[in-house]
Amino acid sequence: MQTGFFFQALVYLCAAVVAVPIARRLGLGSVLGYLLAGAAIGPFALGLVGREGADVLHFAEVGVVMMLFLIGLELEAVRLWALRGALLGLGGIQVVATSLAIGVTALALGAEWRVALVAGLVLALSSTAIALQSLREKGLARTDAGERAFAVLLFQDLAVIPMLVLLPLLGAHAAGAGGAAHGATAIDALPAWGRALATLAAVAAIVLAGRFVVPPLFRAVARSGVREAFTAAALLLVVAIVLLMQSVGLSPALGTFLGGVVLASSEFRHELEGDIEPFKGLLLGLFFLSVGASIDFGVVAANGASVAALVVGLVAVKAAVLLALGRAARLSAEQNLLFAAALAQGGEFAFVLFSLAAQGGVLAPEEADLLVATVALSMAATPLLLLGWERAVRPRFGARRAAREPDAIDREGPVILAGFGAFGSIVGRFLLANGVETVVLDADSDHVALMRGFGIRAYYGDASREELLRAAGAERARLLIVATGSLETMRKVIHTAKHDFPKLRVAARARSRVEAYELLDAGADAIYRASLDTALRSGADALRALGFPAYHAHRAAQRFRRHDEASWRELAAVRRDERVFQSRARESLQLLERLLREERDVPDPVDDNAWDAASLRAERARRDATDC
Amino acid sequence: MSNAILVLFAHPALQRSRVQRALAKAVRDLEGVTFHDLYEAYPDFDVDVAREQALLAAHDVVVLQHPLYWYAAPPLVKQWFDLVLEHGWAYGARGTALVGKRFLCAVSAGGDEAAYCAEGENRFSLRQLLAPVEQTARLCGMEFLDPFVVYGTHALGEDEIEAAAAAYAARLGALRGAER
Ligand SMILES: Cc1cc2nc3c(=O)[nH]c(=O)nc-3n(C[C@H](O)[C@H](O)[C@H](O)COP(=O)(O)O)c2cc1C
Repeated sequence: MQTGFFFQALVYLCAAVVAVPIARRLGLGSVLGYLLAGAAIGPFALGLVGREGADVLHFAEVGVVMMLFLIGLELEAVRLWALRGALLGLGGIQVVATSLAIGVTALALGAEWRVALVAGLVLALSSTAIALQSLREKGLARTDAGERAFAVLLFQDLAVIPMLVLLPLLGAHAAGAGGAAHGATAIDALPAWGRALATLAAVAAIVLAGRFVVPPLFRAVARSGVREAFTAAALLLVVAIVLLMQSVGLSPALGTFLGGVVLASSEFRHELEGDIEPFKGLLLGLFFLSVGASIDFGVVAANGASVAALVVGLVAVKAAVLLALGRAARLSAEQNLLFAAALAQGGEFAFVLFSLAAQGGVLAPEEADLLVATVALSMAATPLLLLGWERAVRPRFGARRAAREPDAIDREGPVILAGFGAFGSIVGRFLLANGVETVVLDADSDHVALMRGFGIRAYYGDASREELLRAAGAERARLLIVATGSLETMRKVIHTAKHDFPKLRVAARARSRVEAYELLDAGADAIYRASLDTALRSGADALRALGFPAYHAHRAAQRFRRHDEASWRELAAVRRDERVFQSRARESLQLLERLLREERDVPDPVDDNAWDAASLRAERARRDATDC
Repeated sequence: MSNAILVLFAHPALQRSRVQRALAKAVRDLEGVTFHDLYEAYPDFDVDVAREQALLAAHDVVVLQHPLYWYAAPPLVKQWFDLVLEHGWAYGARGTALVGKRFLCAVSAGGDEAAYCAEGENRFSLRQLLAPVEQTARLCGMEFLDPFVVYGTHALGEDEIEAAAAAYAARLGALRGAER
C-alpha cells in the first residue's frame, strides 16, 4: 500500500470532496458524510489509509489537536463566568448523573470497579465537535436547546482536565506497563502518583507559560506587522505544545486544549481564531474522517451483538439523563428532544482517555478497542438522530420556529470599535464610562496590552478581516465605529462589514472633507468629521473672547455646523460627476473655494429675528402716535 | 449683618437688550451682590448643579432677573429650576438648604402695567402670572418678596430706563440692609 504523505492527503481530500456534498444533498449533514467517507477509506473497508491495527487516529492527531485548541480558545473566562449557572447546574448534573448511571450499569454487568469508573466518567462526555458542528450547520445553535447544549459541552470540556490528571492514579500496573503508542517515555518510569504529579506539573507549566511567556512573544511578533509571521507563531505554539506533551508522555490534546483555554482570555484570542478559522473546517473534517476510519469493523463484526447493545445502551442512557435534565430546565418537549439528540454520543476525548487508560493498564486493550468503536458509532448515530428530530419531531410542533430573538443584553458587546487612536480612544472611553460594552480592535499590540490592563475587552488584529469582525461579535453587535489609521484600512473595514454583516450599522470618522466623501462612497452609514466640532468650538471661544455673549457664540457654532453638514451632503452628489480625473489635493482646494464663495454672501449666520423686540417697539410707537 | 445677594440673570440675547442691560449694569458691581449670568455660564444648558447649589447656600437673598417672554422666564431659567432645586436638598423632608432665604423676581415686560389686570389685555396681573415661581419659592421655604417690575419697555426712553435701573439698585441696596 502507498503510504506517502501526498498519497494519504490525496485520499483524505478525495473522500471529503466526494462524500460531503453527497451527504449534504441527501440531508445527512457534512458530519455524517465525513464519517462515512472515513469508514470507506479506512483500513477495515477499502484499506486506503492506515494499516489494520495501526492507530489511524495518529495521522489525524493534527486535526484533533487543532480542534481542541480552538475549543479551548472559546472558553473565555468572561463567557464561562456569564454561563456559570447553566454550566454547573446542567453540565455538572449531566456529568455526574451519566457517570453514575453508566458506572452502575457496568458494575451490574460484572465489570471491575475501575473499568466501571473509567467507562462512566469518559462516556459521560459528549462530542463538542459533532454536536456543535451539526447544530450550527442546521441553524439550531441559538435555540434554547442549542444554548443549553453549549453550556453542557463547555462543562464537559473543563471536566476533562481533572480526568486526565486522575486516570494515571487508577493504573493497576506498575511502571512501564503502558506506553504502547508513544514508546517508553520519561513518565512511564514513574509510579502512578508520580505520573499524576507530572501531569499536574505539565498543566501548570502550560498555564503559566500561556499567561506570562506567550503574550509578550506574540506582542513582539505582532509588532513586526507581518501577518504571516503571526500565523506562523500560532502554529508554532500548537506544535511546540504537542512536542512538549509527547516528550513527557502526556496527551497532546490536553496540552493544546489547555493552551487554548489560557489564551482565550488574552488579547490575541480573536486574531488566533481568525488565523486558524480557515483551517478549522478542514481540520474538523479530517478529524471526522479519521473517526470514521478508526471504526474497527473487525472488532465490530466479531462482537456484533455486544457492540450493538453497547451503542444502543450508551445512547439510551445518555438520552434518558439528558431528557430528565431538560425537563428540569423547563425545555419544551420539542427542544428537550433536540437537546437529548444533540448530546447523546461519546466524545472525542474518549479516544484520548481510553488509550490513556489502556496504557495505564486500567483497561485491557480489547476492552479499549470495544469502547472506542462504541463511541465512534455513537458519534455516527448523532447526525441520524438529529435528522430524525428534524423530520419526525419538529413538524409536529408546527411553525414555532427555533431561532429565538437575540438576547437583549449581548454577550458579545453591542459596539465594536476599530482603532483606538486619538479619536477612537475618546469614543471608547466615553462608551465605557457610560457602561456600554465595547469590544476594541486595534493593530497596535502595545495599545491592546495597556487597555487589557484596565480590563477593557481589547483584541489585537486587522479589523478588515471578516473572521476578526465575526469573532468580535459583528453578527450581533449593533454598531461598528471605524477609526483606524489609514484611509485604505478604513475603507476595507467598511467594505468587509457592509458585505459580510449587512445588518451592522457602520459609523466612520473622517479627517478631512475628501476623506469623508471617500468613506461615504465606501458605504459608511454615518460620517463624523474629526476636526469639525473642535474647530467650531475654538471658533465660538474666539467670538467670546471678542465679547460676544456665550449663548450667541454657541448658537452661531451650531448653526454653522448645520450649514456645513448640509452643504457637505449637497456637494457629495455633485462631486461624483466632477471628480473623475482629479487628484485629492486638487479636489480639496476646489471644495474650499466653493465653500468660501458661498459663505461670503451670508452676512451674519445667526442674525435672525431671535428675541428681537425692535418691531414690537416700532409698532407701539406707531400706535402711540395715532392715539394722541 | 448685611445680607449677601445672589442675582440670577437670564437673557438669551444681551446684544439686543436695552432694559435688562441697564438693570444689570446698575447692580452687577454693587457691594455684597454676586451677579451670575446664566446664559453666559451655560450656553449649552448644561447646568452645573453642585456649583449652583453652593452659590445659593452662600447667599441670603436670591434675585431672579429676566425679561418676560410669553408670560414667563426664558427657558434656561426653567432648566435651572429643574436641575438645581433637588428633592432632599431644596425641598422635601430633609431638603432645608433654602429655608429662610428671601426670593425676589426682577422682571421687565413689554406690556404696560394697565394691561396686566383682569380687565386689561393680558387678563392677569403680573403677580398672578408669576404664581408658579412664587409657589416654587414657598415650597423651598423661601419668602417671596413683592416683585420688582419694569412695565411697558417698548415705550421707554433712555431716561426712563436709567430711572428704572436706579430704582432697581435702590431696591437691592435696601434688601442688603433689611432684617427679615
Ligand atoms: C420672544 C419674546 C416674547 C415676549 N413675550 C412678552 C410677554 O409675554 N409679555 C410682555 O409683556 N412682553 C413680552 N415681550 C417683550 C419683552 O418682555 C421685552 O422686550 C423685554 O422685557 C425688554 O427687555 P430687553 O430690552 O432687556 O430685552 C416678549 C419679547 C420677546 C422677544
